[in-house]
Amino acid sequence: MKRLLHYLKKNRKEAILAPLFKMLEASFELIIPLVVARIIDVGINSRDFGYILRMGGLMILLGVVGLASSVTAQFFAAKAATCAGTAMRNDLFAHIQSFSYQEIDRLGTSTLITRMTSDINQVQNGVNMFLRLFLRSPFVVIGAMIMAFAVDAHTASAFGVSIPVLFAVVFAILLVSMPLYRKVQQQLDRLLLSTRENLLGVRVVRAFNRQKSEMQQFGDDSRELYRRQIYVGKISALLNPVTYVIINLGIIAILWIGGGRVNIGMLSQGQVIALINYMSQILVELIKLANLIILLSRASASLNRVNSIFDIRSSLQEGSRILNTSPGSVSGPMVAFRNVTFCYGGSREPSLTDITFEAAAGETIGVIGGTGSGKTTLVNLIPRFYDATSGSVEIAGQNVRELDSTSLRAAIGIVPQRAALFRGTLRDNMRWGKKDASDEEIWRALEIAQAREFVDSREMGLALPIEQGGRNLSGGQKQRLTIARALVRNPRILILDDSASALDFATDARLRKAIHEHTEGTTVFLVSQRVATVKNADRILVLDDGHLAACGTHTELLKSSEIYREICESQLTREEMEKDG
Amino acid sequence: MAEKSSSNQQKGTGPDTRGTLRRILQSIRPYRFLVVLSLLLSVASVLLTLYIPILTGDAVDLIIDRGLVDFAGLLRIIRNILICILLTAVFQWLMNHINNKITYHIVQDLRTRAFCHLQKLPLSFIDSHPSGDLISRVITDIEQFSDGLLMGFTQLFSGVVTIVGTILFMLSIHPLITLVVVVLSPMSFFIAGFISRKTFLMFQKQSETRGDLTALTDEMLGNLKTVIAFDHQEEAQEEFRKINEELAGYSLKATFFSSLTNPTTRFMYAAIYAGVTIAGCFTVIHGGLSVGQLSSFLSYTNQYTKPFNEITGVITEFQNSLASAGRVFTLLDQEALPDDETGNVLTNVKGQVDLEHVFFSYTPEKKLIEDFSLQVRPGQRIAIVGPTGCGKTTLINLLMRFYDTDSGTIRVDGQDIRGVSRSSLRANYGMVLQETWLKSATIRENITYGCPDATEEEMIRAAKEAHAHSFIMRMPQGYDTVIGEDGGSLSQGQKQLLCIARVMLRLPPMLILDEATSSIDTMTEIRIQKAFSRMMTGRTSFIVAHRLSTIREADVILVMRDGHILEQGDHETLLKKGGFYAELYNSQFAPV
Repeated sequence: MKRLLHYLKKNRKEAILAPLFKMLEASFELIIPLVVARIIDVGINSRDFGYILRMGGLMILLGVVGLASSVTAQFFAAKAATCAGTAMRNDLFAHIQSFSYQEIDRLGTSTLITRMTSDINQVQNGVNMFLRLFLRSPFVVIGAMIMAFAVDAHTASAFGVSIPVLFAVVFAILLVSMPLYRKVQQQLDRLLLSTRENLLGVRVVRAFNRQKSEMQQFGDDSRELYRRQIYVGKISALLNPVTYVIINLGIIAILWIGGGRVNIGMLSQGQVIALINYMSQILVELIKLANLIILLSRASASLNRVNSIFDIRSSLQEGSRILNTSPGSVSGPMVAFRNVTFCYGGSREPSLTDITFEAAAGETIGVIGGTGSGKTTLVNLIPRFYDATSGSVEIAGQNVRELDSTSLRAAIGIVPQRAALFRGTLRDNMRWGKKDASDEEIWRALEIAQAREFVDSREMGLALPIEQGGRNLSGGQKQRLTIARALVRNPRILILDDSASALDFATDARLRKAIHEHTEGTTVFLVSQRVATVKNADRILVLDDGHLAACGTHTELLKSSEIYREICESQLTREEMEKDG
Repeated sequence: MAEKSSSNQQKGTGPDTRGTLRRILQSIRPYRFLVVLSLLLSVASVLLTLYIPILTGDAVDLIIDRGLVDFAGLLRIIRNILICILLTAVFQWLMNHINNKITYHIVQDLRTRAFCHLQKLPLSFIDSHPSGDLISRVITDIEQFSDGLLMGFTQLFSGVVTIVGTILFMLSIHPLITLVVVVLSPMSFFIAGFISRKTFLMFQKQSETRGDLTALTDEMLGNLKTVIAFDHQEEAQEEFRKINEELAGYSLKATFFSSLTNPTTRFMYAAIYAGVTIAGCFTVIHGGLSVGQLSSFLSYTNQYTKPFNEITGVITEFQNSLASAGRVFTLLDQEALPDDETGNVLTNVKGQVDLEHVFFSYTPEKKLIEDFSLQVRPGQRIAIVGPTGCGKTTLINLLMRFYDTDSGTIRVDGQDIRGVSRSSLRANYGMVLQETWLKSATIRENITYGCPDATEEEMIRAAKEAHAHSFIMRMPQGYDTVIGEDGGSLSQGQKQLLCIARVMLRLPPMLILDEATSSIDTMTEIRIQKAFSRMMTGRTSFIVAHRLSTIREADVILVMRDGHILEQGDHETLLKKGGFYAELYNSQFAPV
């Protein structure tokens, strides 16, 4: 709530005036029944046509003023809500971008996207409706009651009883039916899951001839949905008839009590009509209020979800030293791990344990090991996507924790496993690597990455449009472009994280050769599951279950490391091993 | 992958509204008695609702002034009101319940039919339509249809009855004042229409811009790690801010304009109300109307205007649901595979597979397999080799008869596979694909997927042979552990082992195996290898191979690229030939 108030504060005037104008409109509406009562009691009894016309004019005037204030209120409410929603969206986007990998892993991107889009829209809509209706509806209900008591306290006791009962009934039905509706939704989600599963697994379902039983299961689930829908339908269908009965009982009470009061001269006929009108007004507003509460409960759930994202702070403390890696300025190793241990948040077992190694400028380091052995984790510590749990990671002799992250990441070109490209031209995408890259620089990078050939074949040069996620490219083409993107910045450290998996063997080999020739002085990390990819590296780090099991050249490792030999045996033939061994 | 039926996709866009409407009516037909009952209840409850203001008006006429109150008459009227409201309440509830029953029944039926139809459609259809689109037809579109149908039942008819009924009741009280109401009310209709046309444009712009913003959010947050790695946050923020600001402008206008409808129509009602009051009072003075009748009239004025707004809402909703129903019907109209369960059945298969002059392509423009012949003796191993995306699935599609050949024949044990039922052909194949697919159900249900009546011992034996038993036993509920969507928390390797266990349990005479390229740890990989070779002993096997040892041990290697079969032969022959296979083989082990 506090955060929402903060956003509304920027439009404080609008946020306060909107409900006030709404109340103004409502109060004009409340006067109408009294005017009608006066027309009947005074105008008709004294046969005063002028009076009737004047009062009729007054009713229209009240309508015009009501319209004016209502339009003002709607505008202010729309403005306050839109501004709050827009500002909140901007801030949340910026906030999410400040997260480190640790937070992204924990929350998951699809959650973050939902918070950014549907949740904030829900909040914005909720604010708008809140400003418009939340004061108006109770105001009309209470106002109508007060007016009724002002007309005649005795008869108005009918209001005193029926309104609390009405409230109780409406909310009881809401309270009972809301969880039931959630159950309906859950069942619908089940059907969705089932449909999705059957489409994705259509080959398996058919290979095992299970179509019939899948149909039967879907039929059962679908019938269960029907049962739940009918059940909740029975309850929520009570809402209208029950409120209708209560209101009309109230009207009966007004007629009976009011009749008695008229008989002893304490009330006029016109006033009885006014009381009946008030009763009808209350019914309308109460139903609006019930709908509003459903909407607000959704909006406030969304607000809570958004707030919980705002409450998360990035776990990385920004350093302040600017990294300088220009050639010649670095003496000693380019990258050094010193007793590094790393645990992912929430996990008890470390993913990396006591890793120590050094990599000099210009060296090519292969990293090999099975899935879950910690290869990606290891290279992700170099650009400080995560902080080591203990030990230190040093670049050019400086602990990464003390470095300014922009300068650190500017020195590193990383090619992640998942090739992510963005909507725009090829040139736009390449400039992610270097903001002011010239066309020559881009072409050079494309050439090294073995991408020139297919870019040329598209005959659009660097203006080649790229669709979201690179949909218009094949897996291998995307990988080559992400490699080129990392090369554009001419990085001092290049990290290739299993990023040639979609390339055929020949292209992969040419790529490695080109990188080797064109990136002199660059420290290259080659992460792979394929022995063929890493076997020609200057040194190979063999990871096993987070431990650095061995380190050395291919030939050395074949002799000294059992694990490495095992990996080779599963991928190479005996002759090839003997040739190297 | 397959584009064979892309023309079908176009058909769904131009729905034939009248046809759709006719089919909706057809689906309502079985419930026609309930529908009639619902309509009768609706008419009854509307008439009773309308009768109450008259009774109230009569009651007001009995309360004239001091000493002029007819208590006996009042009591009688109150009794009548009481009966009316109770009946109305019961009728309303019953009507709602019946409407729910009809709608949800129709929808349940339609949804089950749509799902069953998906199971019978040819794979060429499913492959050429994004799964998201098909899912949304079965789930979202049918939901939308259900909403529209329900609203149509509950509100459209009762709205019309209310309007007509009110006019009749008003006419019966006083025709002239009725004219005031009937003449003035279309104005509010007109104004509301004017506003909603203006608003529609703004809403369209709002949803376009919102679409852009969502796309950007999706892209930047979906790849947040890349954004951070390239320090691209500021640029992303700037782009976001621009679109967000644009959205704010449209959003403000759309929200504001759309919120004008209520106050303006409310004002119109207020004006009509004032008009009725003035005209009514004059008539009362001239003796043409009693005060009670005037108060009934005022109540009617309130009731009469309400359904107009509701009906506009219902019509938009109904249009949406027509479009949705149209999409569902298009799906149902797709031609299903003919039922071939009555055809011949493959039995006692030995595993001889012959392909003779097979031609196949997904689209006529792009030829894939041309004049391909291959003889496989029982127990032979066929390795399919080639870069990713080379079309290995095409061959699997043909062998399993997910697709039929364009010309040429495939025989199993000498029988043309088009002459036997699909299910008996598939029952003779065991398939383990790299894209592991598991149901969100218990591990037990997954292993026995192909053999639902396997005994506990048989299941455990299969799991042991697939080297899956030990990790299953380490799971919280063993074989009864429920695995989530897409295999949930299982690792890729574990999922693969379960898929192997699933085939182990059936052990058919022919196998289709897909070796994993990556993302499996070494130990598991060795286990999978062992399980594979145990399965293959004595069985005809088609293996999509990535591992050199598998390739070299194969009896025949099929080398594929871009969907074509380039070469076939054994390892030595192909190496000597010096073609694409030789290039592939050498490049993998060539020095950098």
